Amino acid sequence: MFSLLGVPSQVLFGQLLLGLINGSFYALLSLGLAVIFGMLNVVNMAHGALYMVGAFVAWLLLTYAGVGYWGALVLAPIAVGLVGLVLERTMLRRLYKVDHLYGLLLTFGLALIFEGAFRHQYGVSGQPYPIPDLLKGGQNLGFMFLPNYRGWVIVASLVVCFGTWFAIERTKLGAYLRAATENPTLVQAFGINVPVMVSLTYGFGVALAGLAGVLAAPIYQVSPLMGSNLIIIVFAVVVIGGMGSIMGAIVTGLGLGLLEGLTKVFYPEASNIVVFVIMAIVLLIKPAGLFGRER
Amino acid sequence: MRSLLLAGTALLTLAGTAVQANAQVSDNVVRIGVLNDRSGIYADLAGEGSAIAARMAAEEFGNKVAGAPIEIIVADHQNKADIAASKAREWVDTGGVDAIADVPNSAAALAVQGITKDKKRIFLMSGPGATALSGAQCSPYGFQWTYDNYAMAAGTGRALVEQGKKKWFFVTADYAFGQSLEEETTKMVKSLGGTVAGAVRHPLGTSDFSSFLLQAQGSGADVIGLANAGGDTVNAVKQAAEFGITQAGQSLAGLLMFISDVHALGLQAAQGLMFTEGFYWDMDDQTREWSKKFEEKSGRKPTMVQAGVYSAVKHYLKSVEAAKTDDSDKVAAKMRELPVEDMFARKGKVAANGRMFHDMYLVQVKTPAESKGAWDYYKIVKTIPADTAFMDPKQSGCTLVK
Repeated sequence: MFSLLGVPSQVLFGQLLLGLINGSFYALLSLGLAVIFGMLNVVNMAHGALYMVGAFVAWLLLTYAGVGYWGALVLAPIAVGLVGLVLERTMLRRLYKVDHLYGLLLTFGLALIFEGAFRHQYGVSGQPYPIPDLLKGGQNLGFMFLPNYRGWVIVASLVVCFGTWFAIERTKLGAYLRAATENPTLVQAFGINVPVMVSLTYGFGVALAGLAGVLAAPIYQVSPLMGSNLIIIVFAVVVIGGMGSIMGAIVTGLGLGLLEGLTKVFYPEASNIVVFVIMAIVLLIKPAGLFGRER
Repeated sequence: MRSLLLAGTALLTLAGTAVQANAQVSDNVVRIGVLNDRSGIYADLAGEGSAIAARMAAEEFGNKVAGAPIEIIVADHQNKADIAASKAREWVDTGGVDAIADVPNSAAALAVQGITKDKKRIFLMSGPGATALSGAQCSPYGFQWTYDNYAMAAGTGRALVEQGKKKWFFVTADYAFGQSLEEETTKMVKSLGGTVAGAVRHPLGTSDFSSFLLQAQGSGADVIGLANAGGDTVNAVKQAAEFGITQAGQSLAGLLMFISDVHALGLQAAQGLMFTEGFYWDMDDQTREWSKKFEEKSGRKPTMVQAGVYSAVKHYLKSVEAAKTDDSDKVAAKMRELPVEDMFARKGKVAANGRMFHDMYLVQVKTPAESKGAWDYYKIVKTIPADTAFMDPKQSGCTLVK
């Protein structure tokens, strides 16, 4: 038993673990953003809104169709992915040839529309979503009480994060994808349907946001504002990690979660700005981000 | 010829008085601006519902008072004090607004109080809780209607300390309102022989409370007091259940909760919570009847803030009617003189510091088994009489009290 600046080690371990849980949310969300930016060069401002849509789909499935958590875990990301496909096919596609700023503006507008629509329909206080029976209760770890559900969140997001990293960096499909971002014309010449691949990548990226939404539903209120609370931090994570770097997004997400957890112990008032302070420092020292490469 | 002259004179006199009657009401309309959060975390407890409540009060007067039409306008302050201040200034300077109503978020309300005090406009506060609004920052034109942090602290704090829960820890929203609520409750707890083990301040609009709750758990306190509101309280209560805080023997006290929060949490997560309320729709025939009308327009039962906006606007209009003018000094005097009597407040009265005294209620959230359906959420544990519910104006620090 030791203590650091008057904070006992038990409390510290507990906070570190909680930081890791929040960090895994950041990682999962920033992963989707990094995939979309890395492959499509689109700054997807609608990511937070689609995360919220994922949570709402889970709630709607439970309330109106009686489909529980495990079903939603599969169906909601698919639904959000399909929404993403439609957005990409009908709107985003037209903007690839113009400045990035247009993609940013379009997706920002879409985010406002999604949020406004859900707010109009369901109000801001949010809807309750129960923790699935299988994951109720928790474990006493000695230094803290860990709800089973939070443990599951860490495991699930780490599996998805590293699975995605592996698929993009270590498989043939991933190699095609990366090649298509470097030189779409050449890859197309090899007989690979690049436009379809790009659509699917966007769909996959936002499906990750939808998945994060389902994971978040039992912890937070399912509310139209849940995305906008989180999206700014997630953007900071992607910027710090290096725009488009997949490993960067995962590692930075977890790292910033930990850092934020520590801030909540030592100086809680600053807990919502610490991420941005780090971002400013990183941008000053290494403008491409921790894992990014200069282009 | 003579009779014609007489008739003409009579007509002119009549016209003259007519003009004069209207001249008492500035620009011939009584304009009330409902300024609140319409899109953020307080939008469900105030928001459009408060505007509906204000319109319902105006409709009871046939949308006309002292011979002039009543106009209700609305704006969103987005929980930002600077936006609230610039909107209030715009309304008063160029919009011809006679009274500003609601303004939840104490930081925003303090800004508006400064402006309405300078510009001599009536300020009908239903949403904000900071006691400074009827204390050190009081105004001859400012009226704090529905609740305040002292009432919350006195009601809930006293009830829990009397149950033997003497050691407190606070989870506080880090702005004017949260700090004031923590301070008031601390005073109450200490005066009754309790202690405060510590406090943690979180930013407004936090989604993850687990870190703060864990610190609260580690403090070994009997009670964790949530000195926050709206979405913050909802998330904190929900996550406290997840971390098994109440099962481990600590009590959770929502120091400011609204029926909209209970509705959002669901009874499963909210059951057993005890807190102080200024209004419950299911109290008697009058409240049920008004709330039914409100629900038809808004789709929800009213919160105490929304019901309070109705009561405050109605009392304001009654005072304009009685004073036959919208002149702020005369109306403010009438508001203090007339008793407040409506479905929200029985035998209510406005004190010199602008605090409206009415009965408060200590409520406990029903279990899912006790509830008969949607919005059947509260058991009224105790009625707290007006004179003990609120702070004695003499101790409020308001310079208007002699």
